[in-house]
Amino acid sequence: MGSVPFFFMSASSILIQFLNGLASASSLFLVAAGLSLIFGVTRIVNFAHGSLFMLGMYLAVALAPMLGFWWSVPLAALAVAAFGALVEATLLRRLYAAPELLQLLATFALVLVIKDFTLWAWGPEDLLGPRAPGMDGAVRIAGLRYPEYDLFLIGFGPLVLGALWFLLRRTRWGTLVRAATQDREMAGALGVNQRWLFTSVFALGALLAGLGGAVQIPREPATLFIDLQIISDAFVVVVVGGLGSIPGAFLAALLIAEIKSFCIGLGYSKITLVVEFIVMAVVLVIRPWGLLGRMPAQSRGPGTVELPLAFPTRKALAALGGMAMMLALVPLLSAGYTLVLLTDILVFALFAVSLHFIMGPGGLHSFGHAAYFGLGAYGAGLLLLKGGLPMELALALAPLLAVCGALVFGWFCVRLSGVYLAMLTLAFAQITWSVMFQWDAFTGGSNGLIGIWPSSWLSSKTAYYYLTLATCVGAIALLWRVLHAPFGYALRAGRDSPLRADAIGIDVRAQQWAAFVFAGLFAGLAGALFAFSKGSISPEALAVPRSVDGLVMVLLGGIQTLTGPVWGAALLTWLQDAVSRGIDYWRAVMGAIVLVLVLVFPQGVTGFLRERFAR
Amino acid sequence: MTVLAIRNLAKAYGGVQAVRDVSFVVAAGELLAMIGPNGAGKTTCFNMLNGQVTPDAGSVEFEGRSLLGLTPRQIWRLGVGRTFQITATFGSMTVRENVQMALLSHHRRLWSLTALATRSYADDADALLARVGMREQADRPCAVLAYGDLKRVELAVALANRPRLLLMDEPTAGMAPRERNELMQLAAELARSGGIAVLFTEHDMDVVFTHADRVIVLSGGELIAAGRPDAVRADARVREVYLGTGDA
Repeated sequence: MGSVPFFFMSASSILIQFLNGLASASSLFLVAAGLSLIFGVTRIVNFAHGSLFMLGMYLAVALAPMLGFWWSVPLAALAVAAFGALVEATLLRRLYAAPELLQLLATFALVLVIKDFTLWAWGPEDLLGPRAPGMDGAVRIAGLRYPEYDLFLIGFGPLVLGALWFLLRRTRWGTLVRAATQDREMAGALGVNQRWLFTSVFALGALLAGLGGAVQIPREPATLFIDLQIISDAFVVVVVGGLGSIPGAFLAALLIAEIKSFCIGLGYSKITLVVEFIVMAVVLVIRPWGLLGRMPAQSRGPGTVELPLAFPTRKALAALGGMAMMLALVPLLSAGYTLVLLTDILVFALFAVSLHFIMGPGGLHSFGHAAYFGLGAYGAGLLLLKGGLPMELALALAPLLAVCGALVFGWFCVRLSGVYLAMLTLAFAQITWSVMFQWDAFTGGSNGLIGIWPSSWLSSKTAYYYLTLATCVGAIALLWRVLHAPFGYALRAGRDSPLRADAIGIDVRAQQWAAFVFAGLFAGLAGALFAFSKGSISPEALAVPRSVDGLVMVLLGGIQTLTGPVWGAALLTWLQDAVSRGIDYWRAVMGAIVLVLVLVFPQGVTGFLRERFAR
Repeated sequence: MTVLAIRNLAKAYGGVQAVRDVSFVVAAGELLAMIGPNGAGKTTCFNMLNGQVTPDAGSVEFEGRSLLGLTPRQIWRLGVGRTFQITATFGSMTVRENVQMALLSHHRRLWSLTALATRSYADDADALLARVGMREQADRPCAVLAYGDLKRVELAVALANRPRLLLMDEPTAGMAPRERNELMQLAAELARSGGIAVLFTEHDMDVVFTHADRVIVLSGGELIAAGRPDAVRADARVREVYLGTGDA
């Protein structure tokens, strides 16, 4: 279908698109409501919520041939609810006292595990669901055919909203949930059994996600991509509607779904994401906590105390220099695969250090740092292939694309903090990914770009290794040096006490924004180096797992140290290399490793070491 | 010389008139205490001076310049220092670094990517710390300091931009009685020697009547008395609404 200007749409097709939007909103609302509900009580943003939606879809598709569609939907939802309860009881329950970042990381790891489980159980092909018996026909609306099932969905969303309202407002359980949402500690002090309350809330949230997935199967196929697509949609809905507000989720789901529907109806399906983004941007500027949301309460627990940043001693500087020298000697001793792996490690060390720059000293928890890495990588490929620039120039200019991304995204991100910031960064990264994934003509779509090779003088593995070594070591040294400069100190000041920073004339937001862009620049540089080292680039370079990698590197090595991210990057890259060569489901293995790390070291590895050896 | 002039300040929250028609001035080198029972409007009044709350009516002038509509950041740049009721310092920095941050900001060097923060204005910072008696603890992390010492660090930070006005919100809250008097003694010395106008709110009447040059009393959002401590102490209306019926 070609694009049609709005005023050429007939009244009846406007009506149809409106109804389409209403039908899509129902499923989106279910997911967002579950996310909001879980957050309200447990204070955990469940990144795996889209995965629960995906599970609901696959389960319903699998159950339908045996039980029939109408039985498969509730049963799939119940199965997902049971799974949710299990996850809460065995995993999340242990993490309620852990730092927010680790909680997010744990649910992030679940995304990986569930994705590979789904791949293992149902294979990589998209699965088409059955039609809904008794509702597989169409009715005539304003002269056009409209699916009966979609009419059912239009009524289903408000029905669930009503049921939730009744549950929360008219039952004792609902009173407890609202009490816990308002003040968890007080509810606990008044003798509310938190364990069961939390488990049941999580189960209900999972049920809603599973139900949202299951009711979608007559409308769209079950795919392995849907989890992240849904979670970023749900994040947008929740950010727009206000975290913790169920009516807000409903309102925002309607808004987003209608926008999508009209973009598709007008033949502009590719710009849906851009429009969605603009809507979110406008809402965030006018109402930073969403349409019906409230400013989140400050947590009562004191933050972790960080030690002052000491400028490295001569000894430490000499040790770091010695290491760089040793790395420079490696090509004399070994060639081939070692150099390829070391090149990867250097690239990811720079990526991790750039993420640490905003996450550690800046206190900005970015869950979408891969966006800048990917923009740099695509920038390199596009400048070389489409722009016809020489490789050296493409490498030098590519990070500027990441800078553009960071300028726009960062402007919004520094207006938020905590989980809102995490959700927004992830949503931005997912939007960037979608653009690269869908824009076949320009970015090569899912295949990506190939033939991104360095100039001939850099074409040997050794030469490219030296280029990477010099660039990454120089860039990392620069990032570290900036943290010792007044700029880096001001960044930490804004994190330690925004109140005091403001009161001594520090423009916290401006400094954070600049830091965001600075980090984006270097992540983009890492991405560009990566592209030329592989000769190709695909959307995977900026997909969510890459962002998770960055987080794991930083947290594994220790967010409170400067060198930590480098060690984390080395360890994780080496581990991934070893694991991904030996095992099919390496994503699940990575997820499991992260979960174990989070469970064993709920205060982080460095926190653990410090506690252990401080005495 | 008048440093701060408040005229006819008013603020209502919904139907509640939190502050009504309040006027007063603070002169250079003077310690003015703002007191009143809970709910008298002290906090609202204070927050209208430092840019956190916008008044419905009235004016706030610092050295003849209106502070209304300015952000806390801009107000600081004009030469107004602040301490908080609950101390706010940078926990991951040493005592000296906390003061250095204020100095870097004062000299507009916050955006420097090349200087070394720890070597910037270190001597100036030590001089300020010496004035508040914290020179010996300059290298300790702020996170491990005793509460009274944190208050002193805040004072040093507040002095970094050579303020002509110091706003102190409940400066002695959470401190032991001896510490309280020491801190206020220090504030009084700094104010008198440097010609700094100090406005502070305070619960501890002992502190107020020992250290303040003048006292203003708020009750129900209105200014009901102003004057020298002895006169205010003897004021019948103050005794009635503030001190209750008992003798203080």
